[in-house]
Amino acid sequence: MGKRITIDPITRIEGHLKVEVEVENGKVKNAWSSGQMFRGIEMMLKGRDPRDAQHFVQRSCGVCTYVHALASVRAVEDAIGIQIPENARIVRNLMNGAQAQHDHIVHFYHLHALDWVDVVSALSADPAKTAKLSADTRPKPKNIEFFKSIKGTLQKLVDSGQLGHLQGAYWGHKAYKLSPEANLLATASYLEALQLQAKAAKMHAVFGGKNPHPQSLVVGGVTSVRDLNVDRIKEFEAIWKETKDFVDNVYIPDLLAVASFYKDWGAIGGNKDFLAYGEYPLDAKEKNLLQPSGVLKDGKLKYHEFDDKKVTEDTTRGWYKTDSNEHPYTGKTDPKEEDPNYDTDKEYSWIKAPRYDGIATEVGPLARVLVAYAKGDKAHQDIVNSTLKKLNIEAKHLFSTLGRTAARGLETVVIGDSMQGWINELKENIKKGDTKTYQKWEFPKGTVRGRGLNDIPRGALGHWIEIEGKKIKNYQYVVPSTWNLGPRDGKGQLGPVENALLDTPIADPKNPLEVLRTVHSFDPCIACAVHIIDPDTNEVYKFDIEHFHSDGTKHSHSHSHK
Amino acid sequence: MSKFYEELKTKGVSRRDFMKFCSALAVSAGLTTSGAVKIADAIEKASGKKRAPVVWLHFAECTGCSEAFLRTPNVGKIVLETISVEYHETIMAAAGHQAEKNLHDAVKKYKGEFVCVVEGSIATKYNGGYGKVAGKTFLAIAKEVIPQAAAVICLGTCSAYGGLPAAAPNPGGYKGVKDAIGVDTINLPGCPTNPLNLLNTIVKYLNKEKIELDDLGRPTFAYGQTIHENCPRLKHFDNEEFAYSFDSEEAKKGYCLYPLGCKGQETYNNCPTAKFNEGTSFPIQAGHPCIGCSEPGFWDTMTPFYEEA
Repeated sequence: MGKRITIDPITRIEGHLKVEVEVENGKVKNAWSSGQMFRGIEMMLKGRDPRDAQHFVQRSCGVCTYVHALASVRAVEDAIGIQIPENARIVRNLMNGAQAQHDHIVHFYHLHALDWVDVVSALSADPAKTAKLSADTRPKPKNIEFFKSIKGTLQKLVDSGQLGHLQGAYWGHKAYKLSPEANLLATASYLEALQLQAKAAKMHAVFGGKNPHPQSLVVGGVTSVRDLNVDRIKEFEAIWKETKDFVDNVYIPDLLAVASFYKDWGAIGGNKDFLAYGEYPLDAKEKNLLQPSGVLKDGKLKYHEFDDKKVTEDTTRGWYKTDSNEHPYTGKTDPKEEDPNYDTDKEYSWIKAPRYDGIATEVGPLARVLVAYAKGDKAHQDIVNSTLKKLNIEAKHLFSTLGRTAARGLETVVIGDSMQGWINELKENIKKGDTKTYQKWEFPKGTVRGRGLNDIPRGALGHWIEIEGKKIKNYQYVVPSTWNLGPRDGKGQLGPVENALLDTPIADPKNPLEVLRTVHSFDPCIACAVHIIDPDTNEVYKFDIEHFHSDGTKHSHSHSHK
Repeated sequence: MSKFYEELKTKGVSRRDFMKFCSALAVSAGLTTSGAVKIADAIEKASGKKRAPVVWLHFAECTGCSEAFLRTPNVGKIVLETISVEYHETIMAAAGHQAEKNLHDAVKKYKGEFVCVVEGSIATKYNGGYGKVAGKTFLAIAKEVIPQAAAVICLGTCSAYGGLPAAAPNPGGYKGVKDAIGVDTINLPGCPTNPLNLLNTIVKYLNKEKIELDDLGRPTFAYGQTIHENCPRLKHFDNEEFAYSFDSEEAKKGYCLYPLGCKGQETYNNCPTAKFNEGTSFPIQAGHPCIGCSEPGFWDTMTPFYEEA
C-alpha cells in the first residue's frame, strides 16, 4: 500500500474538486477524482419554459460562459425543427470562437502556467538575457527595460511581505525546469495575458451585451440585430485581430518555449480513447464543421465515426440512489438525500461516469485535434506536423499531458484564423442588405425532443430536451468535465483523469506539483460537471428525431451536428 | 507630479487614462465629474498604505463574478493593487493543504481587519452536505471565517440572496450568506455583478466613506434606480412604441422590449449607465430583454423570461 496524498481544494480551476493519489516508489499507483458540490440544475428546469433553459444552464459555469446557452438553444431549435438565419449562425460562430480564444489564453496563463513556471525563480533572472531569449523565440520581442520593470514589480510584491494569491505555492520545487530568464519571460506574459483577456472578453459584449454570461441568444437566432452594422463589426474585428496577434506572437511562442523544457511530459499523463462532437457549422444546414466529430480508439490515430447511441452514464460510484449504466434518457438517476460519505472503495463523487461504447473516453482540445488529424483535416494536420518538427517529438507523444496542453494552443490558432472568414461573411451579408438574425417559430403540438451538441473549450458537450405542451418535460446534459473528471464505473474502470495520473513521477509527496500538471491539463470545470438527470423519466431517447409539425407534415432530422 | 502618478506612468497608465477610468466609476455610481476627482483622491490615498487584505470565498457558484472581476480593464487594476487577495481558489498559485494553510493564516493574521468577499450560496440541507471544500461544508467554512471579517461583501445574486442554486426546487437548501448564517452583508447582486460596482464599493470602504444600503443590503449608489428609469429605450416606452418580435422592424428601430418580457421596470441596477466590459454594451442594448438578474429570487419570480410581466 502506497502513501495516500489528498489535494483538496484543487485550485486554479472552476468549481470544487478533490483529487487523491496513492504514491508508491515515487510514482502514482492509484488515483481518485471527486466533485464536491451539487446544485441540481436539471431538477430546476422541469416544468419551465424551454426558452428560459439557456439562462439557467449558462450559469453552470462562468468560465466556459456562452457555450451551455448555445447547446441549449440548439436543442430547443432541433426539437421544434427550425433552421436559423445565416447571420445568426455566423454571429454564434464568432461568439463561440471568441470564447475559445479567450478561454484557452486564460487557461494557459492563469490556470496552468504556474505548474510549469516558477515565479519566484524569475527574481534571479537577468533582464538582458531575458530580452535576448524574447528576441530568439518571438516574432515581436520585448526589450530590457520591459523585463526590468516586470522584475521590479515582482520584487516589490515580495518585499511588501504580501504575496497575495502567489503565497505558499510549490516555488523552488525541483520539477520546475525553466531557467530564471524563461521564468521571467513567462511571468511577464502572465501579466500581459491578464490585460489581453479583459479586452478579448469585449468581443462577447459587442454582439452579446456583456461577458461573462452574454445575453443575446434566443431560440430562433440572436437579438443583437442593431449591432450588425459596419462600425460594430469593425469593433469586433479589431479586438479579434489584437487577440489573434497575442496568440501568434506570445501564446504560441511561449507554449513552444515552455514545452521544449518539458519534453519528458510527452510520455506522461496520456489516455488512449478520444471523442469529439465537432464544432463551428460552416453552412446553413449546420452539417459541415470546421472541427469534425469522431472517435479514436486504443491509442491509434485511426478515425471512426461518432455514434451517439453509444453514450452512457454510469452512476455506480457517485452519490446517487440508483446504480446504473444507461443512455442518459434511460437511466434513473437521483441524488442521495444526505450528507454524502466519501469512500474511495465505494462512492466518492457527485460527478457521474460517462462512457462511450463502454470505454472511459477523453474529450477536449486534444480529442478534437487528434480526431481532425486522423480524419485528414489539412489545417489541423499542418499545424500539428510543424509543431512536432519544431519540438523534435513524434505523433505518439501527443497522447500525453504535453500533447493536451499543446493541442489547446494549436486549435486556438486554427479557430482564430477561421474567424476572419466569418467576419467577412457577415460584412458581405450586411452589404447585401441581409440583416435577418431571427427566425419566427411556434411550439409544435404534442411531445417533441431535440438535442444540441457542440464542442466547447473543455470538450464535447451535449444537451437533450423533451418538450410537452410548451414546457420542459425532461432536460439533461452531459458535459466535458463529466467525461474527463468522472469517477470509476461499475466495472472498476478509471475515469480519464484518474487513468492519466497513473505512473506520474512524484518527486516530493508533500508537494505533489506533478499531479496538478496533469489535472490542470484537462482544464477542469467542476460546477459544470455535477448535475442531475430527471429521476422520473424512463424513456429511450431516439437520436433520429421524427415528429409532426402542427400542420401535420412529417419532419425528420438526422443532424450530424445538432 | 506625485509619486502615485509617477508609478502609474511606469505601468503605462497616463494621468488622463486614470481620470477617464475614475469618471467611468463616478458615472456608474451616479456622480458627476467632481465625484471622479474624489474617487481619484481616495485611490491615491489607499495606494500608499499597506494593502487591505481580502479573503475571497467560493461556495455554490459558477465563478462568473470572479471572471467579471478579472475583466476589469488595465487601469482598473490600480484599484486592485490597493488590496491583497490572500485566498481566492480560482487564481491562487497554491493548492490543497497549502491553500488551506493560506486561508487559516490569513484569517488568523488579519482577524477583524480583512474584507471577506463571498461568491456563491451556501447549502443548508443535509448538514450542508451538498457543497464542500477540503472536506468541510460551505456552511462550516462560512461560520468559521465570515464572522472574523471587518466587512462582508456578497458578490453576485447567489451569495446575496441564494441565486441559481436556490431556484425551485432548491435541492441542496441553498441560501444567501445573511439567511444562512445571520450576519449583515453588503450585497452586490447581479449575474454576474458589474465589476465597477465592486470597485466603487472597495474605494468607498478604503476611504472609510459611509456606504448607504437599501433594505436588501444593496448600496444605493448602484442599486438606487431601476433599469427602466435609465433605459436608452425609455422614450419609446413613453411613446408606446414597442417591439413584439425579435425580427420586427420595431426591434431594428430599438423600440421598447417590454412585450418581449423585459423586466427592467422591476429591476434595481445601474446596467444602462455603467454598462459592461469597458462600456461596450448591456443586454437591452444587444436587443435582449432584461431578465432581472440582480433581484432576489429572480429565477422564480421573473420567469418565464420571455413573457410580459
